[in-house]
Amino acid sequence: MFSTSIGRKIVMAVTGCCMLLFAIVHLLGNSSIFAGAVGLNSYAQHLHSLPLPIIMAFRAVMLGLFLVHVLYGIQLTIENRTATPTSYAVKVSRKTTFASENMIWTGLLLGAFIVYHLLHFTFRVTPGLTLVNDAAGHFNVFAMVASSFSSFAGAGLYAAAMVVLFLHLYHGIQSFFQTMGWNCDCIQPKITTAGMLVALVLLLGYVSIPLSIFFGILKG
Amino acid sequence: MSDHKTMTINLVVWRQKNANDPGKFENYTVKGITEHHSFLEMLDVLNEDLIKTGKLPVSFDHDCREGICGMCSQVVNGAPHGGQERTTVCQLHMRNFHDGDTIYIEPWRATAFPIVSDLVVDRTALDTIIQAGGYVSCHTGGIADGNAILIPKPAADEAMDAAECIGCGACVAGCPNSAAMLFTGAKVSQLALLPQGKAEAKARVKNMVEAMKECGFGNCTNHYECQASCPKGINVKFIARMNREYIKAQF
Repeated sequence: MFSTSIGRKIVMAVTGCCMLLFAIVHLLGNSSIFAGAVGLNSYAQHLHSLPLPIIMAFRAVMLGLFLVHVLYGIQLTIENRTATPTSYAVKVSRKTTFASENMIWTGLLLGAFIVYHLLHFTFRVTPGLTLVNDAAGHFNVFAMVASSFSSFAGAGLYAAAMVVLFLHLYHGIQSFFQTMGWNCDCIQPKITTAGMLVALVLLLGYVSIPLSIFFGILKG
Repeated sequence: MSDHKTMTINLVVWRQKNANDPGKFENYTVKGITEHHSFLEMLDVLNEDLIKTGKLPVSFDHDCREGICGMCSQVVNGAPHGGQERTTVCQLHMRNFHDGDTIYIEPWRATAFPIVSDLVVDRTALDTIIQAGGYVSCHTGGIADGNAILIPKPAADEAMDAAECIGCGACVAGCPNSAAMLFTGAKVSQLALLPQGKAEAKARVKNMVEAMKECGFGNCTNHYECQASCPKGINVKFIARMNREYIKAQF
Protein backbone atom coordinates (compact mmCIF):
# COMPACT_ATOMS: atom_id res chain seq x y z
CA MET A 1 0.00 0.00 0.00
CA PHE A 2 2.79 2.46 0.90
CA SER A 3 4.50 2.18 -2.46
CA THR A 4 1.58 3.46 -4.52
CA SER A 5 0.63 7.04 -5.23
CA ILE A 6 -2.58 7.01 -3.17
CA GLY A 7 -1.02 5.00 -0.32
CA ARG A 8 1.72 7.56 0.16
CA LYS A 9 -0.76 10.39 -0.20
CA ILE A 10 -2.71 8.91 2.69
CA VAL A 11 0.48 8.68 4.77
CA MET A 12 1.20 12.34 4.00
CA ALA A 13 -2.36 13.27 4.95
CA VAL A 14 -2.43 11.33 8.24
CA THR A 15 1.01 12.45 9.44
CA GLY A 16 0.18 16.02 8.42
CA CYS A 17 -3.12 15.85 10.28
CA CYS A 18 -1.39 14.58 13.45
CA MET A 19 1.07 17.46 13.26
CA LEU A 20 -1.81 19.90 12.74
CA LEU A 21 -3.49 18.52 15.87
CA PHE A 22 -0.21 19.05 17.70
CA ALA A 23 -0.02 22.62 16.39
CA ILE A 24 -3.53 23.29 17.73
CA VAL A 25 -2.74 21.84 21.17
CA HIS A 26 0.61 23.65 21.18
CA LEU A 27 -1.15 26.97 20.53
CA LEU A 28 -3.71 26.28 23.27
CA GLY A 29 -0.86 25.57 25.69
CA ASN A 30 1.18 28.56 24.58
CA SER A 31 -1.80 30.87 24.98
CA SER A 32 -1.24 30.47 28.73
CA ILE A 33 1.30 33.23 28.17
CA PHE A 34 -1.63 35.66 28.08
CA ALA A 35 -2.12 34.83 31.76
CA GLY A 36 1.31 36.38 32.26
CA ALA A 37 4.59 34.92 33.44
CA VAL A 38 2.84 32.80 36.05
CA GLY A 39 0.56 31.26 33.44
CA LEU A 40 3.27 30.21 31.02
CA ASN A 41 5.71 29.11 33.70
CA SER A 42 3.20 26.93 35.50
CA TYR A 43 2.10 25.39 32.17
CA ALA A 44 5.74 24.62 31.33
CA GLN A 45 6.36 23.23 34.77
CA HIS A 46 3.28 21.02 34.47
CA LEU A 47 4.50 19.63 31.15
CA HIS A 48 7.97 18.92 32.48
CA SER A 49 6.60 17.21 35.56
CA LEU A 50 5.00 14.54 33.36
CA PRO A 51 6.72 11.13 33.62
CA LEU A 52 9.84 11.10 31.49
CA PRO A 53 8.85 7.99 29.47
CA ILE A 54 5.66 9.76 28.38
CA ILE A 55 7.57 12.87 27.32
CA MET A 56 10.19 10.87 25.46
CA ALA A 57 7.59 8.61 23.78
CA PHE A 58 5.64 11.68 22.70
CA ARG A 59 8.78 13.27 21.29
CA ALA A 60 9.68 10.06 19.47
CA VAL A 61 6.22 9.87 17.87
CA MET A 62 6.39 13.51 16.80
CA LEU A 63 9.86 12.98 15.35
CA GLY A 64 8.61 9.92 13.48
CA LEU A 65 5.61 11.78 12.06
CA PHE A 66 7.85 14.67 11.05
CA LEU A 67 10.44 12.49 9.31
CA VAL A 68 7.87 10.40 7.43
CA HIS A 69 5.99 13.51 6.30
CA VAL A 70 9.15 15.29 5.15
CA LEU A 71 10.79 12.30 3.45
CA TYR A 72 7.61 11.28 1.59
CA GLY A 73 7.02 14.90 0.65
CA ILE A 74 10.48 15.14 -0.89
CA GLN A 75 10.16 11.77 -2.62
CA LEU A 76 6.74 12.60 -4.10
CA THR A 77 7.96 16.00 -5.29
CA ILE A 78 10.94 14.44 -7.05
CA GLU A 79 8.64 11.88 -8.71
CA ASN A 80 6.24 14.61 -9.79
CA ARG A 81 9.06 16.62 -11.33
CA THR A 82 10.22 13.50 -13.21
CA ALA A 83 6.69 12.91 -14.49
CA THR A 84 6.75 16.37 -16.09
CA PRO A 85 10.00 16.59 -18.03
CA THR A 86 9.46 19.68 -20.17
CA SER A 87 7.43 22.55 -18.88
CA TYR A 88 5.03 24.45 -21.09
CA ALA A 89 6.22 27.66 -22.72
CA VAL A 90 2.90 29.18 -21.69
CA LYS A 91 0.86 27.81 -18.81
CA VAL A 92 -2.27 29.18 -17.23
CA SER A 93 -3.34 28.04 -13.79
CA ARG A 94 -7.04 28.14 -13.09
CA LYS A 95 -7.27 26.19 -9.84
CA THR A 96 -3.69 25.92 -8.70
CA THR A 97 -2.88 28.36 -5.91
CA PHE A 98 0.39 29.81 -4.70
CA ALA A 99 -0.01 27.64 -1.60
CA SER A 100 -0.68 24.42 -3.50
CA GLU A 101 2.19 24.97 -5.91
CA ASN A 102 4.73 25.69 -3.21
CA MET A 103 3.93 22.97 -0.66
CA ILE A 104 7.44 21.56 -0.92
CA TRP A 105 9.02 24.97 -0.28
CA THR A 106 6.69 26.02 2.53
CA GLY A 107 7.20 22.52 3.94
CA LEU A 108 10.99 22.72 3.83
CA LEU A 109 10.94 26.21 5.34
CA LEU A 110 8.72 24.94 8.15
CA GLY A 111 11.04 21.97 8.65
CA ALA A 112 13.99 24.36 9.01
CA PHE A 113 11.94 26.55 11.33
CA ILE A 114 11.01 23.58 13.54
CA VAL A 115 14.68 22.63 13.85
CA TYR A 116 15.52 26.24 14.80
CA HIS A 117 12.55 26.43 17.17
CA LEU A 118 13.72 23.27 19.00
CA LEU A 119 17.30 24.55 19.25
CA HIS A 120 15.89 27.85 20.45
CA PHE A 121 13.30 27.01 23.10
CA THR A 122 13.71 23.26 23.76
CA PHE A 123 17.48 22.78 23.74
CA ARG A 124 18.14 26.51 24.41
CA VAL A 125 21.45 26.58 22.58
CA THR A 126 20.90 29.69 20.45
CA PRO A 127 22.74 32.80 21.70
CA GLY A 128 21.09 35.72 23.47
CA LEU A 129 18.59 33.81 25.60
CA THR A 130 17.78 34.90 29.16
CA LEU A 131 18.08 31.67 31.13
CA VAL A 132 17.07 32.37 34.74
CA ASN A 133 14.94 30.77 37.43
CA ASP A 134 11.81 32.38 38.82
CA ALA A 135 11.07 33.13 42.46
CA ALA A 136 9.87 29.57 43.08
CA GLY A 137 13.17 28.19 41.80
CA HIS A 138 11.72 26.84 38.54
CA PHE A 139 13.08 27.70 35.11
CA ASN A 140 11.58 31.01 33.97
CA VAL A 141 10.20 30.19 30.52
CA PHE A 142 8.50 33.55 30.24
CA ALA A 143 11.78 35.45 30.67
CA MET A 144 13.37 33.32 27.96
CA VAL A 145 10.48 33.87 25.53
CA ALA A 146 10.31 37.57 26.32
CA SER A 147 14.03 38.03 25.77
CA SER A 148 13.78 36.38 22.33
CA PHE A 149 10.74 38.28 21.13
CA SER A 150 11.82 41.69 22.34
CA SER A 151 14.05 42.06 19.27
CA PHE A 152 12.63 42.77 15.83
CA ALA A 153 14.57 39.88 14.31
CA GLY A 154 13.35 37.41 16.94
CA ALA A 155 9.68 38.37 16.72
CA GLY A 156 9.84 38.89 12.95
CA LEU A 157 11.31 35.46 12.29
CA TYR A 158 8.55 33.73 14.22
CA ALA A 159 5.85 35.85 12.59
CA ALA A 160 7.24 35.09 9.13
CA ALA A 161 7.38 31.37 9.91
CA MET A 162 3.73 31.45 10.90
CA VAL A 163 2.79 33.00 7.56
CA VAL A 164 4.56 30.05 5.94
CA LEU A 165 2.60 27.71 8.23
CA PHE A 166 -0.62 29.40 7.11
CA LEU A 167 0.21 28.81 3.43
CA HIS A 168 1.08 25.18 4.11
CA LEU A 169 -2.13 24.55 6.05
CA TYR A 170 -4.32 26.53 3.65
CA HIS A 171 -3.66 23.86 1.05
CA GLY A 172 -2.98 21.02 3.48
CA ILE A 173 -6.20 20.96 5.46
CA GLN A 174 -8.62 20.72 2.53
CA SER A 175 -6.16 18.38 0.85
CA PHE A 176 -6.42 16.01 3.84
CA PHE A 177 -10.17 15.57 3.34
CA GLN A 178 -9.80 15.01 -0.40
CA THR A 179 -7.05 12.44 0.10
CA MET A 180 -9.00 10.55 2.75
CA GLY A 181 -11.96 10.54 0.36
CA TRP A 182 -14.12 12.47 2.81
CA ASN A 183 -15.11 14.91 0.15
CA CYS A 184 -17.63 15.54 -2.58
CA ASP A 185 -18.45 18.40 -4.90
CA CYS A 186 -21.04 19.86 -2.51
CA ILE A 187 -18.79 20.17 0.55
CA GLN A 188 -15.45 20.77 -1.16
CA PRO A 189 -15.71 24.60 -1.22
CA LYS A 190 -16.89 24.59 2.41
CA ILE A 191 -13.96 22.39 3.47
CA THR A 192 -11.57 24.74 1.68
CA THR A 193 -13.04 27.75 3.50
CA ALA A 194 -13.06 25.95 6.84
CA GLY A 195 -9.46 24.85 6.33
CA MET A 196 -8.48 28.40 5.50
CA LEU A 197 -10.18 29.64 8.69
CA VAL A 198 -8.43 27.04 10.85
CA ALA A 199 -5.11 28.03 9.26
CA LEU A 200 -5.95 31.70 9.85
CA VAL A 201 -6.81 31.11 13.53
CA LEU A 202 -3.48 29.34 13.97
CA LEU A 203 -1.66 32.16 12.18
CA LEU A 204 -3.26 34.90 14.27
CA GLY A 205 -2.96 32.90 17.48
CA TYR A 206 0.70 32.12 17.05
CA VAL A 207 1.67 35.53 15.70
CA SER A 208 -0.09 37.28 18.58
CA ILE A 209 2.53 35.95 21.04
CA PRO A 210 5.74 37.43 19.54
CA LEU A 211 3.91 40.59 18.46
CA SER A 212 2.37 41.31 21.85
CA ILE A 213 5.77 40.87 23.47
CA PHE A 214 7.55 42.97 20.85
CA PHE A 215 5.05 45.81 21.15
CA GLY A 216 5.16 45.61 24.92
CA ILE A 217 1.50 44.61 25.37
CA LEU A 218 2.60 41.55 27.32
CA LYS A 219 5.03 42.33 30.11
CA GLY A 220 4.48 39.47 32.53
CA MET B 1 -22.78 37.68 -40.15
CA SER B 2 -19.28 38.89 -40.46
CA ASP B 3 -18.08 36.40 -43.05
CA HIS B 4 -16.25 39.07 -44.98
CA LYS B 5 -14.14 40.02 -41.99
CA THR B 6 -11.17 37.76 -41.76
CA MET B 7 -8.45 37.48 -39.17
CA THR B 8 -4.73 37.07 -39.41
CA ILE B 9 -3.41 34.89 -36.63
CA ASN B 10 0.19 34.47 -35.51
CA LEU B 11 0.92 30.95 -34.41
CA VAL B 12 3.80 29.67 -32.31
CA VAL B 13 3.65 25.92 -32.85
CA TRP B 14 5.72 23.16 -31.26
CA ARG B 15 7.47 21.18 -34.00
CA GLN B 16 9.14 17.90 -33.16
CA LYS B 17 9.97 15.21 -35.73
CA ASN B 18 9.86 12.25 -33.34
CA ALA B 19 10.27 11.26 -29.69
CA ASN B 20 14.06 11.67 -29.86
CA ASP B 21 14.08 15.06 -31.56
CA PRO B 22 14.51 17.88 -29.01
CA GLY B 23 11.84 19.91 -30.79
CA LYS B 24 11.39 23.67 -31.04
CA PHE B 25 8.81 26.36 -31.61
CA GLU B 26 8.15 27.64 -35.15
CA ASN B 27 6.34 30.86 -35.96
CA TYR B 28 3.64 30.91 -38.62
CA THR B 29 1.15 33.46 -39.85
CA VAL B 30 -2.19 32.20 -41.06
CA LYS B 31 -4.50 34.51 -43.01
CA GLY B 32 -8.14 34.45 -44.02
CA ILE B 33 -9.50 32.98 -40.80
CA THR B 34 -13.16 33.70 -40.08
CA GLU B 35 -14.92 33.54 -36.75
CA HIS B 36 -16.65 30.35 -37.93
CA HIS B 37 -13.45 28.39 -38.34
CA SER B 38 -12.93 25.85 -35.61
CA PHE B 39 -9.46 25.75 -34.12
CA LEU B 40 -8.62 22.58 -36.06
CA GLU B 41 -9.97 24.10 -39.29
CA MET B 42 -7.64 27.01 -38.71
CA LEU B 43 -4.80 24.47 -38.47
CA ASP B 44 -6.09 22.85 -41.68
CA VAL B 45 -5.71 26.24 -43.39
CA LEU B 46 -2.18 26.51 -42.02
CA ASN B 47 -1.32 23.00 -43.23
CA GLU B 48 -2.67 23.68 -46.73
CA ASP B 49 -0.42 26.74 -46.86
CA LEU B 50 2.54 24.69 -45.64
CA ILE B 51 1.91 21.93 -48.19
CA LYS B 52 1.62 24.50 -51.01
CA THR B 53 5.00 25.92 -50.11
CA GLY B 54 6.54 22.45 -49.93
CA LYS B 55 6.90 22.36 -46.16
CA LEU B 56 5.98 19.59 -43.77
CA PRO B 57 2.46 20.15 -42.34
CA VAL B 58 1.91 20.27 -38.58
CA SER B 59 0.84 16.86 -37.25
CA PHE B 60 -2.08 16.92 -34.85
CA ASP B 61 -4.54 14.32 -33.60
CA HIS B 62 -8.22 14.61 -34.48
CA ASP B 63 -11.09 12.35 -35.36
CA CYS B 64 -14.75 13.17 -34.78
CA ARG B 65 -14.37 16.96 -34.62
CA GLU B 66 -17.57 17.11 -32.62
CA GLY B 67 -16.13 16.92 -29.13
CA ILE B 68 -16.79 13.31 -28.23
CA CYS B 69 -13.90 11.14 -29.41
CA GLY B 70 -11.10 12.43 -27.21
CA MET B 71 -8.49 12.47 -29.95
CA CYS B 72 -7.66 16.15 -30.23
CA SER B 73 -5.05 17.13 -27.74
CA GLN B 74 -3.47 20.54 -27.80
CA VAL B 75 -2.42 22.98 -25.14
CA VAL B 76 -3.57 26.32 -26.51
CA ASN B 77 -2.12 29.40 -24.84
CA GLY B 78 -1.23 27.33 -21.80
CA ALA B 79 -4.58 25.63 -21.27
CA PRO B 80 -5.43 22.10 -22.45
CA HIS B 81 -8.09 22.36 -25.20
CA GLY B 82 -7.80 26.16 -25.03
CA GLY B 83 -9.35 26.62 -21.61
CA GLN B 84 -12.97 27.22 -22.64
CA GLU B 85 -15.22 25.39 -20.19
CA ARG B 86 -16.31 21.89 -21.28
CA THR B 87 -14.80 22.30 -24.74
CA THR B 88 -12.44 20.12 -26.70
CA VAL B 89 -10.05 21.92 -29.00
CA CYS B 90 -12.06 20.81 -32.05
CA GLN B 91 -15.07 22.64 -30.63
CA LEU B 92 -13.08 25.75 -29.84
CA HIS B 93 -13.90 28.40 -32.42
CA MET B 94 -11.84 31.22 -33.79
CA ARG B 95 -14.51 33.69 -32.67
CA ASN B 96 -12.79 33.43 -29.28
CA PHE B 97 -9.68 35.03 -30.76
CA HIS B 98 -8.98 38.39 -32.29
CA ASP B 99 -7.26 39.60 -35.42
CA GLY B 100 -3.51 39.73 -34.86
CA ASP B 101 -3.55 37.43 -31.82
CA THR B 102 -0.52 35.28 -31.10
CA ILE B 103 -1.45 31.74 -30.12
CA TYR B 104 0.91 29.21 -28.58
CA ILE B 105 0.13 25.60 -29.48
CA GLU B 106 1.90 22.82 -27.58
CA PRO B 107 1.41 19.09 -27.22
CA TRP B 108 0.41 17.41 -23.92
CA ARG B 109 3.64 17.36 -21.95
CA ALA B 110 4.11 14.38 -19.65
CA THR B 111 6.74 11.67 -19.35
CA ALA B 112 3.96 9.09 -19.69
CA PHE B 113 2.90 10.64 -23.03
CA PRO B 114 5.92 10.52 -25.37
CA ILE B 115 5.62 12.84 -28.34
CA VAL B 116 5.08 11.01 -31.63
CA SER B 117 5.29 14.04 -33.87
CA ASP B 118 4.60 17.77 -33.37
CA LEU B 119 1.33 17.92 -31.43
CA VAL B 120 0.65 14.17 -31.49
CA VAL B 121 1.43 12.27 -28.30
CA ASP B 122 1.26 8.56 -27.55
CA ARG B 123 -1.51 8.02 -25.00
CA THR B 124 -1.10 4.25 -24.74
CA ALA B 125 -0.49 4.73 -21.01
CA LEU B 126 -4.18 5.51 -20.53
CA ASP B 127 -5.07 2.22 -22.24
CA THR B 128 -2.61 0.43 -19.95
CA ILE B 129 -4.46 1.81 -16.93
CA ILE B 130 -7.81 0.63 -18.34
CA GLN B 131 -6.36 -2.80 -19.13
CA ALA B 132 -5.30 -3.08 -15.48
CA GLY B 133 -8.92 -3.18 -14.34
CA GLY B 134 -11.16 -0.63 -16.03
CA TYR B 135 -13.71 -3.26 -17.06
CA VAL B 136 -16.19 -5.75 -15.68
CA SER B 137 -15.31 -9.38 -16.35
CA CYS B 138 -18.47 -11.44 -16.37
CA HIS B 139 -20.45 -13.73 -18.64
CA THR B 140 -22.66 -11.33 -20.47
CA GLY B 141 -24.96 -13.89 -22.10
CA GLY B 142 -28.05 -12.47 -23.71
CA ILE B 143 -29.38 -9.00 -23.15
CA ALA B 144 -30.56 -8.69 -19.56
CA ASP B 145 -34.17 -7.81 -18.86
CA GLY B 146 -34.73 -4.16 -18.22
CA ASN B 147 -34.63 -3.40 -14.49
CA ALA B 148 -33.47 -6.94 -13.67
CA ILE B 149 -30.70 -5.27 -11.67
CA LEU B 150 -32.05 -2.34 -9.74
CA ILE B 151 -29.75 0.68 -9.65
CA PRO B 152 -30.71 3.73 -7.60
CA LYS B 153 -31.16 6.76 -9.82
CA PRO B 154 -28.55 8.91 -7.97
CA ALA B 155 -25.96 6.12 -8.35
CA ALA B 156 -26.80 5.72 -12.04
CA ASP B 157 -26.54 9.47 -12.56
CA GLU B 158 -23.22 9.71 -10.80
CA ALA B 159 -21.82 6.73 -12.71
CA MET B 160 -22.96 8.44 -15.90
CA ASP B 161 -21.18 11.66 -14.89
CA ALA B 162 -17.98 9.68 -14.39
CA ALA B 163 -18.51 7.83 -17.67
CA GLU B 164 -18.47 11.16 -19.52
CA CYS B 165 -14.67 10.89 -19.63
CA ILE B 166 -13.51 10.67 -23.23
CA GLY B 167 -9.94 9.70 -22.30
CA CYS B 168 -8.32 12.66 -24.02
CA GLY B 169 -5.65 13.11 -21.33
CA ALA B 170 -6.29 16.83 -20.72
CA CYS B 171 -6.32 16.13 -16.98
CA VAL B 172 -2.75 14.85 -17.21
CA ALA B 173 -1.74 17.76 -19.45
CA GLY B 174 -3.21 20.34 -17.08
CA CYS B 175 -1.87 18.73 -13.90
CA PRO B 176 1.34 20.35 -12.63
CA ASN B 177 2.42 16.82 -11.57
CA SER B 178 1.23 15.02 -14.73
CA ALA B 179 -0.98 12.77 -12.60
CA ALA B 180 -3.68 10.64 -14.20
CA MET B 181 -5.89 10.65 -11.11
CA LEU B 182 -8.97 12.23 -12.68
CA PHE B 183 -8.94 9.79 -15.59
CA THR B 184 -8.41 6.78 -13.32
CA GLY B 185 -10.74 8.12 -10.64
CA ALA B 186 -13.55 8.54 -13.15
CA LYS B 187 -13.27 4.95 -14.36
CA VAL B 188 -12.86 3.47 -10.86
CA SER B 189 -15.87 5.48 -9.66
CA GLN B 190 -18.08 4.69 -12.62
CA LEU B 191 -17.66 0.95 -12.08
CA ALA B 192 -17.69 1.10 -8.26
CA LEU B 193 -21.03 2.90 -8.31
CA LEU B 194 -22.79 0.18 -10.29
CA PRO B 195 -23.72 -3.29 -9.00
CA GLN B 196 -22.00 -4.96 -11.95
CA GLY B 197 -18.71 -3.31 -11.05
CA LYS B 198 -18.83 -3.78 -7.29
CA ALA B 199 -17.73 -7.45 -7.35
CA GLU B 200 -14.26 -6.58 -8.63
CA ALA B 201 -14.02 -3.13 -7.04
CA LYS B 202 -11.17 -3.95 -4.64
CA ALA B 203 -8.85 -5.62 -7.13
CA ARG B 204 -9.69 -3.01 -9.74
CA VAL B 205 -8.73 0.05 -7.73
CA LYS B 206 -5.50 -1.56 -6.50
CA ASN B 207 -4.43 -2.65 -9.97
CA MET B 208 -5.36 0.58 -11.70
CA VAL B 209 -3.54 2.69 -9.10
CA GLU B 210 -0.49 0.46 -9.47
CA ALA B 211 -0.67 0.80 -13.26
CA MET B 212 -0.77 4.60 -12.96
CA LYS B 213 2.56 4.54 -11.20
CA GLU B 214 4.12 2.03 -13.60
CA CYS B 215 3.13 4.18 -16.57
CA GLY B 216 5.16 7.08 -15.13
CA PHE B 217 2.35 9.42 -14.15
CA GLY B 218 2.97 11.76 -11.23
CA ASN B 219 1.22 11.87 -7.87
CA CYS B 220 -1.87 13.92 -7.12
CA THR B 221 -1.34 16.89 -4.82
CA ASN B 222 -4.92 18.14 -5.00
CA HIS B 223 -4.42 21.19 -7.18
CA TYR B 224 -7.73 20.40 -8.96
CA GLU B 225 -6.28 21.79 -12.19
CA CYS B 226 -7.50 18.56 -13.87
CA GLN B 227 -11.13 19.46 -13.32
CA ALA B 228 -10.59 22.90 -14.86
CA SER B 229 -8.84 21.26 -17.83
CA CYS B 230 -11.41 18.51 -18.44
CA PRO B 231 -13.49 19.11 -21.57
CA LYS B 232 -16.26 17.05 -19.98
CA GLY B 233 -16.11 18.80 -16.61
CA ILE B 234 -15.37 15.59 -14.68
CA ASN B 235 -15.41 16.52 -11.00
CA VAL B 236 -12.55 15.87 -8.59
CA LYS B 237 -15.09 14.20 -6.29
CA PHE B 238 -14.30 11.09 -8.34
CA ILE B 239 -10.69 11.31 -7.16
CA ALA B 240 -11.98 11.46 -3.59
CA ARG B 241 -14.15 8.42 -4.34
CA MET B 242 -11.18 6.54 -5.75
CA ASN B 243 -9.16 7.39 -2.62
CA ARG B 244 -12.07 6.05 -0.57
CA GLU B 245 -12.25 2.91 -2.69
CA TYR B 246 -8.51 2.46 -2.30
CA ILE B 247 -8.72 2.68 1.50
CA LYS B 248 -11.68 0.24 1.48
CA ALA B 249 -9.66 -2.16 -0.66
CA GLN B 250 -7.02 -2.46 2.07
CA PHE B 251 -9.44 -4.20 4.43
